[in-house]
Amino acid sequence: PAAESLQRRRSSAHGPTPAAAARPRTSSSSGPNKETSGDVNTHTEFRSERNPLMEIVHVYTKLRSEFGRECLFSDRPAELLVDVPPDPSLALQFIQKTHRDQAVQACRDMSEHQVNTERFESDSCGINHVEGGWPKDVNPQEMEQTIRFRKKVEKDESYINSILQLGSAMEHCIRQNNAVDIYQEYFEDEEEVEESQEPPSAKTINVFRDPNELKRTVTGLSWHPDGGRKLAAAYSCLEFQKTSRETSLDSYIWDVENPNRPEMTLKPASPLVCLDYNPKDSHTLVGGCYNGQIAYWDTRRGSQPVEVSSVEHSHRDPVYKIIWLQSKTGTDAFSASTDGQVLWWDVRRLSEPTECLVLDPSREGHLDRALGGVSLEFESTMPTKFMVGTEQGVVMSCNRKAKTPAEKIVCTYDGHHGPVYALQRNPFFPKNFLTVGDWTARIWSEDIKESSIMWTRYQMSYLTDACWSPVRPAVFFTVKMDGVLDIWDILFKQNDPTLSLKVCDEALYSLRLQDNGRLVACGSQQGGATLLEICSGLSTLQKNEKSLLAAMFERETKREKILEARQRELRLKERSRSEQSREEDTGRDDGDDPPDQLISRAETDFYSVVETETRRRRDREEQNVCEEKEVKDEDASGTEPSQ
Amino acid sequence: MAEVEETLKRIQGQKGVQGIIIVNSEGIPIKTTLDYPSTVQYAGLIQQLVMMARSTVREIDPQNDLTFLRVRSKKNEIMIAPDKDYFLIVIQNPSD
Repeated sequence: PAAESLQRRRSSAHGPTPAAAARPRTSSSSGPNKETSGDVNTHTEFRSERNPLMEIVHVYTKLRSEFGRECLFSDRPAELLVDVPPDPSLALQFIQKTHRDQAVQACRDMSEHQVNTERFESDSCGINHVEGGWPKDVNPQEMEQTIRFRKKVEKDESYINSILQLGSAMEHCIRQNNAVDIYQEYFEDEEEVEESQEPPSAKTINVFRDPNELKRTVTGLSWHPDGGRKLAAAYSCLEFQKTSRETSLDSYIWDVENPNRPEMTLKPASPLVCLDYNPKDSHTLVGGCYNGQIAYWDTRRGSQPVEVSSVEHSHRDPVYKIIWLQSKTGTDAFSASTDGQVLWWDVRRLSEPTECLVLDPSREGHLDRALGGVSLEFESTMPTKFMVGTEQGVVMSCNRKAKTPAEKIVCTYDGHHGPVYALQRNPFFPKNFLTVGDWTARIWSEDIKESSIMWTRYQMSYLTDACWSPVRPAVFFTVKMDGVLDIWDILFKQNDPTLSLKVCDEALYSLRLQDNGRLVACGSQQGGATLLEICSGLSTLQKNEKSLLAAMFERETKREKILEARQRELRLKERSRSEQSREEDTGRDDGDDPPDQLISRAETDFYSVVETETRRRRDREEQNVCEEKEVKDEDASGTEPSQ
Repeated sequence: MAEVEETLKRIQGQKGVQGIIIVNSEGIPIKTTLDYPSTVQYAGLIQQLVMMARSTVREIDPQNDLTFLRVRSKKNEIMIAPDKDYFLIVIQNPSD
């Protein structure tokens, strides 16, 4: 047991000697011949004089003569060696920290950082493949030399060997092919029972951004009629007086594969608010401008419009929607604008519209009473009818071939609190159409004019555009001002959208689906047109979908009809009751009464009318609830959508 | 020399064989039963394909090597037997 001089010191300023000096030579009480088990003396010293760090020195001593003795340990009770009381004066140098919760994790610090690679532009080009590989002395053009070369190779030993080997391997495979068709489809005839259990999804394929500095809103989109490989987008700034002189007026046609550069630029005199490809001739487009003019382009003839309508005869407000018509010549289009007019044009002669309709609900053609048109609807299967959605929330159904101008407007549907931004008939059920305005989307049946047959909940933000799916009759798409694209499948879920995607942070203003139903393009406020692909579950026709949807529409239409009839009954009852009371009143002589009696009578009349009205309303509500419950009970017990 | 001819004739005689091309490592078609422009086209394209296939196989396992390559398409099947210096290409229209 070696003597251990345990020294615990913080500062090495002093050499070992002071510690040795600290070892007391006097405290050791044992002599050299002590019989007690090799006493190890310990001594602790505590010094804190000059050194701010406290030194606790623990020293073990042993007489040299006792080295080598057997060590016999014994127990002894604990002994307090050092007691260092706290020094309150030191606390004055510190302030107490407020309690905090701090989470501690025993791992390395990491940080998260997002990186966006720079967009790289790729370009496809072909390579000219020229025959090569000929050795230098052989001229490939000369038949003689090439033949000589070939003959030489054929005589080569290695050539013969390799060909023989390869030949046998090849023969084996050829024979294999002839023996069995290894790619035969065994169960081709059986129908594919595909139940897509995967959740609906959509993924972004491309984003086409406005190449200009000052971004404008994508207000109109139109797919190329042949295969949809090109997308035309109309850019304009619809906010009042927000356009500066530097804002570009151009609109672009994008090739779906190339988001880096637009394929073609359209240069109108005034920004385009809407545009449409001619379904018959895929080279021509017609667009409506912010200043009310109509412009006609032929993509083979360049970026400038071939013809522009004259300012005097065009609209006086931005043209919000323009659609090509079905006609023999294929050159007719019609447009709607908030100046209250719907104008028909022949693109061969844009100096004047061919026809004009004023959207006056009183059917008298007064422009000052007209409602502003914001959306148009035209179905080529019903070429004489069309519908206009107005700024005031009214949808007007019109007949173009009516004899008198008054009959042109067939009926109106009063639906929304705000402008009807989108209007489209269901491609499979033309009697039902979809409208979007304020915070809801509504589905209507042509026969019911009082209200829509189905409607969505009031959404969190304004709906700006909607579109039916061209392949699935029960699916429609809406876009909102919070940048969300909603896909609704009314056979699956009616309260909420089946799929809700946040496309971008800014508002979405336009939406258009390609004819195959899989690709959808939506345009945002900052000029970005996003192209998304929908999963196959939402873009392939499900079995029985048409019949189920037909049943649903019929059921809802019937319900609305019943409600309408009921309301009419109540109204009739009220009217007859008020007529009776009026008859009693007319017996009195009005002229002799003093004015205050007249006034008091007028007051009582007024209040009684208000009371009957409120009572009637309350009754009607109760009736509605009863009716709805009745009809709902009927439905619940009856059919259930099998999906 | 005669054996080579015989082998090729035998292959040509098999059912469904549309054409045979022998190409050397530099891409020069040595022997062919098709017309010259198609031969050149096949030789150029297939050589690139064989090089890529070979390098793929080698990359996955360096000890491995490409022995045969079959490209089945809707209309026919192209079979390629590669060797160190030459390759043999046969275009066959499978039995059915």
